[in-house]
Amino acid sequence: MASNEEILAGLAEIVNEETGLAPESVEMDKSFTDDLDIDSISMMTIVVNAEEKFGVRIPDEEVKNLKTVGDAVTFISGAQA
Amino acid sequence: MPRKVVITGLGATTPIGGDVPTMWANSLKGVSGARTIEADWVQKYELPVTFAAQITVPASEVLTRVEAKRMDPSTQFAVVASREAWRDSGIEDVDKDRLAVAFATGIGGVWTLLDAWDTLREKGPRRVLPMTVPMLMPNGPAAAVSLDLGARAGAHTPVSACASGTEALHQGLELIRSGKADVVVCGGAEAAIHPMPIAAFASMHALSRRNDEPELASRPYDTGRDGFVMGEGAGAIVLEAEEHALARGARIYAELAGTSVTADAYHITAPDPGGLGATRALKAALFDARAQPEDVVHINAHATSTPVGDKPEYTALKAALGNHLDEVAVSATKSQTGHLLGASGAVEAVMTVLALYERKAPLTINLDNQDPEIPLDVVTAPRDLPSGDIVALSNSFGFGGHNAVIVLRSV
Repeated sequence: MASNEEILAGLAEIVNEETGLAPESVEMDKSFTDDLDIDSISMMTIVVNAEEKFGVRIPDEEVKNLKTVGDAVTFISGAQA
Repeated sequence: MPRKVVITGLGATTPIGGDVPTMWANSLKGVSGARTIEADWVQKYELPVTFAAQITVPASEVLTRVEAKRMDPSTQFAVVASREAWRDSGIEDVDKDRLAVAFATGIGGVWTLLDAWDTLREKGPRRVLPMTVPMLMPNGPAAAVSLDLGARAGAHTPVSACASGTEALHQGLELIRSGKADVVVCGGAEAAIHPMPIAAFASMHALSRRNDEPELASRPYDTGRDGFVMGEGAGAIVLEAEEHALARGARIYAELAGTSVTADAYHITAPDPGGLGATRALKAALFDARAQPEDVVHINAHATSTPVGDKPEYTALKAALGNHLDEVAVSATKSQTGHLLGASGAVEAVMTVLALYERKAPLTINLDNQDPEIPLDVVTAPRDLPSGDIVALSNSFGFGGHNAVIVLRSV
């Protein structure tokens, strides 16, 4: 079971891999679209990579609710529980 | 008179150099880009052909990691070559609504397509990444170049197998002549050195099997030729309306004076043995350029090094140029680069432009015993082209019976 800090670090790595954004710019309160400028195709790539990394399933209908990095961390943490 | 179209920028990434100056210097020295493929899949799939002509500078050294990740290798090569051509043109200010792209490929994003198929079978549909479609689509290279340069006057993708790259120049010329664009970035890209296309081309006995001597395998016109050598890379050319180039004081390499595209309607893969379709293309391209056979001093031939392909091209050249053909310096540069399929015409056009500009013909290597049925004057040692107004041709032919010819004139 990963801690929220570990999930955040893992997500930051995935976001960096996909977009080139510095991992430290991926913070809990950042919006994927408004702050990180991540488009829908990149978002789906990040979701699929996060599923593999954290061993969870993020349903498509849930993805639209993941507005911020914190939303994603909370969802992944809950899905792992 | 139609609008005159000139060439103001050149770019390339090839098996004999990762940029135009390196490629050109090597083409005058005579080097082979063919090597044994250092990949585990060669042994794993027991491929009958174990070598190819791979690019010398990986696209990852030129593009950022994130750029490269979102592009199939064919698109990576297109962007690398077109950026070089764009820089080389020196264009700083252009109306993007008058800037078009005509970037060809023969096969498209075959690595992406087959990787995604492997992923689907091994990990299921959820793991097939959302960028798969834009990466595998054959218009990917043209679209990426359009995005990169902001070109909004259309992004076109001629697909005519190994004639594609030359057909892109044909399309570019038409776009400028018809007034639809003032500047067109043309080219061709291919990245098909993957086990499946190798197996498929080998299965039709199109590839050389000289596995022990890759560097000697591509030998157009030689009696020992036994097939082509798979190559990869891209060539890019900036075409510009002459008045547009003159207005900005551009360096002009040559004029793209005429082009022609014909179809054999004879056989899906075999060339018409009488070279009739190719002859029509040659004659029509010369006519389009208002050039006479006697004006031609140099030809960059298609000459893939297959037993069946090289001869009909000679027949067509003889029919189109007559006895003047004896006085033409012919270069078969696939002897050095291998066959870049849909990129070959673009790379060879770059070489032909430079041949006119520098008045030097690139070399043909591995010609030890010239086929007596192909008595061309082949350039095997350094040779200068004459001064004055001169004309050169570059030919490309593709599976499907596609024939494409461009006519270049010195400036």
